[in-house]
Amino acid sequence: MSVATTPAERLAAFLARTPYIAFLGMRAELAGDEMTAILPFSPHLIGNTMLPALHGGVLGAFMEMTALAQLAVITGGPRPAKTIDVTIDYLRPGRAMDTYARAEIKKAGRRISSVHVEAWQEARAKPVAAIRGHFQTPTEG
Amino acid sequence: MVKPPDFIAAMTGSLDEQAARHMVTRTPQTEALGFQFVSISEARGAIRVPWRADLVGDPETGVIASGVVTTLLDHVCGLSIRAANAVPQGTLDLRIDYMRPARPQADLIADGHCYKLTRTIAFVRALAHDGDPDDPVATAQAAFALIGGGA
Repeated sequence: MSVATTPAERLAAFLARTPYIAFLGMRAELAGDEMTAILPFSPHLIGNTMLPALHGGVLGAFMEMTALAQLAVITGGPRPAKTIDVTIDYLRPGRAMDTYARAEIKKAGRRISSVHVEAWQEARAKPVAAIRGHFQTPTEG
Repeated sequence: MVKPPDFIAAMTGSLDEQAARHMVTRTPQTEALGFQFVSISEARGAIRVPWRADLVGDPETGVIASGVVTTLLDHVCGLSIRAANAVPQGTLDLRIDYMRPARPQADLIADGHCYKLTRTIAFVRALAHDGDPDDPVATAQAAFALIGGGA
């Protein structure tokens, strides 16, 4: 396996190696070092057919994957970080439409990193959900 | 869109096993994840998610992705609220601690318990394990807003 060197290569490697990311249908784009994750709407993401609304677990999982992707972009080891804990806040119903997320690494530690993520749909200023999480830096080899 | 009677039963009123089974297996996301109904009892519920290659987080370990555990725990919390005869409107917050990786290619089972209901809020604890509930993979604590509570 070749070692990914640029942020774009590290992001592409993380997205491609994770089967669950393909299950969600998640993508991500880089503008310099700023990453935006995109979860295109798909009927299989619905958790409540009456509203309809995305499954809350999907929103939480999407934001957690966004945090892991951002960590892969910044730290760039061959293995993804491991989630220690996440606290998910649900702010508005996740509607049946595309969702976006950005992660902010509050602290990139040698062993443990702290990351905040917000997800939004129609307006960046009206997030649908947010997480705070701690992630364990993978050991090399 | 016409709603099937099972779906209405799953969302309102008291919860029998047929409606609980429908709630676990027939929403689009839980169907896509392959959730299986395990049981309900007073204010408690249990759900299984069989291991599948496309649900893996890290192909080097073959362990189900933590994102799947998030959805499993969120859903079992909702199920245990319904088993307490309340109707969840939506999750307010959900805190998940990952104790250890699941075993490679292991199914996961989640147990939820709605231990307190107020007029507006349900408080729930849940855990996910791969065979032994005393050695959980993850634990969760959640608060849900209830329908009809004016939240």
